[in-house]
Amino acid sequence: MTLLKKTVAELQTLLHNQEVSVKELTEATFARIAKVDGDVQAFLTTTEEEAFAKAEQLDNQPNAERGPLFGLPIGIKDNIVTKGIVTTCGSKMLENFVPVYDATVVEKVNDAGMVTVGKLNMDEFAMGSTTERSAFKQTHNPWNLAHVPGGSSGGPAAAVAAGEVLFSLGTDTGGSVRQPAAFCGVVGMKPTYGRVSRSGLVAYGSSLDQIGPITRNVEDNALLLSAIAGVDRRDSSSSSLAVPDFGAALTGDVKNLKIAVPKEYLGEGVAKEVKDAVIEALKVLESLGAKWEEVSLPHLKYASPAYYVIATGEASSNLARFDGIRYGYRPVDAKNLEEIYLRSRSEGFGEEVKKRILYGTYALSADHYDDLYVKAMKIRTLIAQDFAKVFENYDVVIGPSSATPAYKIGHLLNNPLTLYANDVLTVPVNLAGLPAISVPCGFTEGLPIGMQIIGKHFDESMLYKIAHAFEQATDFHTSTPTIGEGN
Amino acid sequence: MTKFTKEDVFYFANFARIGVTDAEAEKFAGQLDDMVGFADILSEVDTDNVEPMTHPLQLFNVLREDVPTDILNREEMLKSVKDHEAGMIKVPNIL
Repeated sequence: MTLLKKTVAELQTLLHNQEVSVKELTEATFARIAKVDGDVQAFLTTTEEEAFAKAEQLDNQPNAERGPLFGLPIGIKDNIVTKGIVTTCGSKMLENFVPVYDATVVEKVNDAGMVTVGKLNMDEFAMGSTTERSAFKQTHNPWNLAHVPGGSSGGPAAAVAAGEVLFSLGTDTGGSVRQPAAFCGVVGMKPTYGRVSRSGLVAYGSSLDQIGPITRNVEDNALLLSAIAGVDRRDSSSSSLAVPDFGAALTGDVKNLKIAVPKEYLGEGVAKEVKDAVIEALKVLESLGAKWEEVSLPHLKYASPAYYVIATGEASSNLARFDGIRYGYRPVDAKNLEEIYLRSRSEGFGEEVKKRILYGTYALSADHYDDLYVKAMKIRTLIAQDFAKVFENYDVVIGPSSATPAYKIGHLLNNPLTLYANDVLTVPVNLAGLPAISVPCGFTEGLPIGMQIIGKHFDESMLYKIAHAFEQATDFHTSTPTIGEGN
Repeated sequence: MTKFTKEDVFYFANFARIGVTDAEAEKFAGQLDDMVGFADILSEVDTDNVEPMTHPLQLFNVLREDVPTDILNREEMLKSVKDHEAGMIKVPNIL
C-alpha cells in the first residue's frame, strides 16, 4: 500500500536505484486491487498474466531507456481496445469481444513502459453519468460506497481515487472524464478534440469523443497526456500540431492571467456548497495574482438538449456496426439474417443504449432532420461562438465540473431528464471541441467537489498551469478516502 | 400532446433493427416523448443565418501516398467471429 502512495518522482528514484522492481510495484498494485475492489468494483477485468510478463521485461530494461512513466501501473476504460484482452464497453453486446489490435493510446502507454493492470467499468457504450448503466456491475464511490462514482468513466475515476492504480485512461463525450473525476476527488483532463488519437476507441459521438487521463494530481496528468497525445495516421481527425511538454507548464506563475466566470455556471441548479467551493477556489487563484470577472455564455441553457440530439444522432449511426455478424453478441438459434440483426441488437444492448439509438434515429429521420438535427448543429455553432467571444479577452473559463456532488446510487436512475440536464456544465466543452480539466476544490459531507477549467483549443498547457498553481496552494488533492486503511 | 407514440417506437426501431416488445415500446414511448420535449426549447433560438457546425475543428483533407503496409491477418480477425468457414463469415441463408 505505501508504495502506491508515493509520488511518481519517488517511485522513479526507487526503480532507478533498484530498491524496488517493476515486479514488486505490480504486485503491490494487484494486492491493493484485491484488498479494495470487492467494495469499489472498478475493474471488469484484471490482467495479471500480461502485467507480470511486461514487468519482467521492464525490469531488464537499462536505466538509460526508462522514461518518466516507466514501470507505473495504469488501468484502461473498457471502451478502449486492448489486443488479446476482452473489451466489453460495459455491454453484453461485447461481453466476449477480444480485440485484435491495440488502440493508439494503448500502444503509447506500452511504449512509455507503463504496466496495464486491467480494464475499468463504465456505463454501457459510455452512455450514462453514474456507471449504473454498466451491464456487469455497479462501481461505488470510494469516498462513500453508497454513492455513484459518476460516469461514464466511473471505473477509471474510482480506481485512481481508491489507490488501485496511479493512472487511468477515461473517455469524455459529454463530461465522462471530468464529472467522475469531480465525484471521486481526482484530476481528469478532457483534451482538445483532435489532441489525442481516437483510433481504437469504440465510437459513441465521433465529433465529440476524446480520450483523457485521470490521475491523483496535476503533474501526473500532464505527464500522461504528453505520452498519449499527437497525430496518428489511423485517426484522420487527430491534429498534427506539435505536442508541447505539458509538464513544462507547471511553473506556478498565474500572475495577471484572466479568468472568465460565466454567471450561468454558478446559476440555478448548482448546489450552494458547490458554488461556495468554486468561489473560494477563485479567491485562491486571485491571491496568486490571477484576475477574474463574471461573463455570460448566453446559449448555455440550450447545450444539453442540443448535445443529446447530436450525440445520439452520431451514436445511432456508429452503433449500426453491432449487427451480430463479424463480432459481438449473436443469438445461437437465429434462423435468418433479419432475425440475427434484430435479436443481436435487442438482446445485446441495454435499455439506455436502445433509447439513445431510437432518439438518434428519430433526429436523423427525414421528417425531423432540419427541425432537430440541423437546428442542434446550428446551436452548436452559437455555443462555440459564445466561448470564442469570451476567449478574445480571457485566458480560461472557470466553473464547477458538476452542479452537485455524487448522487446516491439509484437516486436518479429513473429520472433520466434530470441526469441529462445535469450535464449542462460539461457538454458545452465537447460541442465546442475545447480542452477542460477537473481538479478537486473542496468537500461537502465527505464527498469531493470539482472545479472545471476550460481553455482555448490546444491550450492544455494553460489549464495545467492554473490547475497546478491552485493545487500547490491547497491540499484537497492530498486527501484520500479511508477505504482499505487498517486491516 | 404526445409526440412520440408507441407506433413511433416500432417505426423507428425497425429502422434501427432493434426488436422491441409491446411493453418495451410503451416504456420507450414515454421516455422518448420526454426527450423530444426536452429539445422543444431549441426552437426558441433564432438560427437564421447561422451555419450548422458539423465538426469542432476546421479540418482539411490530407492526402498521402498509397503505400502497401502490414495489416491484421485473417486468422486474427476471425477470432471474434461466431461462425466462419474457409476464411469467410457464415450467416444463415438469406434467400
